[in-house]
Amino acid sequence: MADINIKINGIPVTVPKGTTVLEAAHMAGVDIPTFCYMKEINEIGACRICMVEINEGRGFRLVAACVYPLNVDGAEILTSSPKVLDSRRKTLELILSTHEKKCLSCVRSGNCELQTLCTEMGIEDVDAYDGEKHVYEIDNSAVHMYRDNNKCILCRRCVAVCSKWQGVGVIGANERGFKTNIGSAFEMGLGETSCVSCGQCIAVCPVGALSEKDYTNQVFAAIADPSKHVIVQTAPAVRAAIGEEFGYPIGTNTEGKMVAALRRLGFDDVFDTDWGADLTIMEEATEFIDRFKNGGTLPLMTSCSPGWVKYCEHYFPDLLDNLSSCKSPHQMVGAIAKTYYAEKIGKKPEDIIVVSVMPCTAKKYECQRDDESAAGVPDVDYVLTTRELARMIRRAGLKFTALPDEDFDNPLGLSSGAGDIFGATGGVMEAALRTAYCWLTGNNEEVVEFQEVRGTDGIKRSTVNINGTEIKVAVASGLANAKELLKKVQSGEEKLDFIEIMGCPGGCVNGGGQPQQPASVRNFEDLRELRAKALYDEDAGKTLRLSHLNEDVQKLYSEYLDRPGSHKSHKTLHTSYVKRSVN
Amino acid sequence: MATKTTVPFNGTAEQEAKLLAVIADHKGDPGALMPVLQQAQEIYGYLPIEVQKIISNEMEIPLEKIYGVVTFYAQFSLYPKGKYNISVCLGTACYVKGSGDIYDKLQEVLGIGDGECTADGKFSLEACRCIGACGLAPVLTVNEDVYGRLTTDKVKEILDKYE
Repeated sequence: MADINIKINGIPVTVPKGTTVLEAAHMAGVDIPTFCYMKEINEIGACRICMVEINEGRGFRLVAACVYPLNVDGAEILTSSPKVLDSRRKTLELILSTHEKKCLSCVRSGNCELQTLCTEMGIEDVDAYDGEKHVYEIDNSAVHMYRDNNKCILCRRCVAVCSKWQGVGVIGANERGFKTNIGSAFEMGLGETSCVSCGQCIAVCPVGALSEKDYTNQVFAAIADPSKHVIVQTAPAVRAAIGEEFGYPIGTNTEGKMVAALRRLGFDDVFDTDWGADLTIMEEATEFIDRFKNGGTLPLMTSCSPGWVKYCEHYFPDLLDNLSSCKSPHQMVGAIAKTYYAEKIGKKPEDIIVVSVMPCTAKKYECQRDDESAAGVPDVDYVLTTRELARMIRRAGLKFTALPDEDFDNPLGLSSGAGDIFGATGGVMEAALRTAYCWLTGNNEEVVEFQEVRGTDGIKRSTVNINGTEIKVAVASGLANAKELLKKVQSGEEKLDFIEIMGCPGGCVNGGGQPQQPASVRNFEDLRELRAKALYDEDAGKTLRLSHLNEDVQKLYSEYLDRPGSHKSHKTLHTSYVKRSVN
Repeated sequence: MATKTTVPFNGTAEQEAKLLAVIADHKGDPGALMPVLQQAQEIYGYLPIEVQKIISNEMEIPLEKIYGVVTFYAQFSLYPKGKYNISVCLGTACYVKGSGDIYDKLQEVLGIGDGECTADGKFSLEACRCIGACGLAPVLTVNEDVYGRLTTDKVKEILDKYE
């Protein structure tokens, strides 16, 4: 498309015709604040916080920068004129008139987009318009999160991600005008709906209206209890993102400092879920080869993502036989910690507390599922999000950036590069294929990379040729993409052998429990790509890149489980699913 | 906001067949939800969860999206009309003469909110704007009967007239 010349605050800029004012300003180094706008999925121009002045030859007027396309050569834009700032302040004052301003006790204080903007705009009177107020009950019906509509600013980002990215759509705007509120059909609590617990709504919420159920105090208490042996494990994606909470650029791998912080918090063992990922591959690759060779139900679908598993139970109950029976990696670590490892250290399973730090809110729900208790007690006791771990580190006064780099504890701490990449879309598939390739060809140590399943595309397909046998695989992330793929599988349009699905777009690196980045970052940076790179780099830098060569996993089989897919493996590392309805 | 489910749903197989035919007529039309909801309300008189679920399943639209539309537009009702529909005028003249208090009193006595219906299906309650009887303010109607110059202590007396 042709370029046009415009001026932003008097500075000449050349942009492609049709560029929005918001994007043009970003190119010129000016951030225009937004609340409702989300690129591609919520371009509704509703919140009016992004107003700017534009003159296209007929004098200056106010327009919404997020949705206003630049088509006139010579247009002049003012992004911080008195009129613009006055408009923004007025909008903020009106938002504040119905906002519960309990900032001191709000989980988002310090990284709230509303609070930040009020400071930037120099709001002096938070009660400029003191009128009628809503009083909403907090919805605590879901296992994983709260909705506090007293803090909601009706931007509808949560609504957009739930319906457009996830194809779930259990939340939306009800009523109209002053009574408008975000909720579910017939005022059902979120826990009564077919919400899949992915937490994408929390990740994009600009304020404190949506938050995970916080277990930091329970974990502090467990650590302080001398009768408990408290084990912590961290998912691959956590190390790729927790640095953001402490000022590191997006995509910085801070594994060493994270481990050091966990040790200083007082956990008795700091284990790695990546080790569990290697174990998962042993079981899942075995399951796949067994189904593939012996005419079992295909395509096999991965089961690492509990948001996806719950989605499948609600929306594709007919495909539950296709789901791998493998527990997710952190549940496997919990199961092994309370059986094999408990025996090793001479502890009773009930005296062991397993804490999983996850990029995920669905894992909070997963750890409370039935059939996730290998030792007769839950495999995992508490799931913390990446954000909650950051809160614990701050609460304990640990200077994260000054910590040394430390290593995970053994025997559940060694991991291959294949385990590391579980946190990105395509990573589980690649890890499984690497091992399946070795097993089927007999080249036990050959590392084959599967580039076609990498990258942030919503659906990826590949045909893998192993010793003349063709295996058709597909990878989907984001549940709307999963739906598109599965409908084709159901109709017979696509014939596949193996499917990896992750509930969140881009996989766990972009999970609902990850650090919240403001709109000014989200709309211009690809979090999925930047964070995934940290994991692929870690994999590329390792000598051990095949799950089946992980010596500590091999030892687990020789000492305890016998072999992948054994009776004992099934009892300890596999689970079952239930059909659920749609609400 | 819906506060309670009132009258039990009594939809017939015939009504459902009609609704399914309406949905089939609109298959594949973008923006078909509004006309389908309008016709569904004609068929059932209101749009309870049972009806919205049929529409949700058949049209593959999340239930919440349908509920959001239904609660947005004043033309849609989540509740049936009672045998006796009470309409309280909240127009300017009636309002300054205290019809707001009468409306509150009725909600309290009947135990229902705006637009709702008592569980026995007897009374439904709604607010309306000026009905052109300002000289009698404050005014309410019960079906076709008009009651004027009201005070809150007359509410009970009026309700007692209806079996």
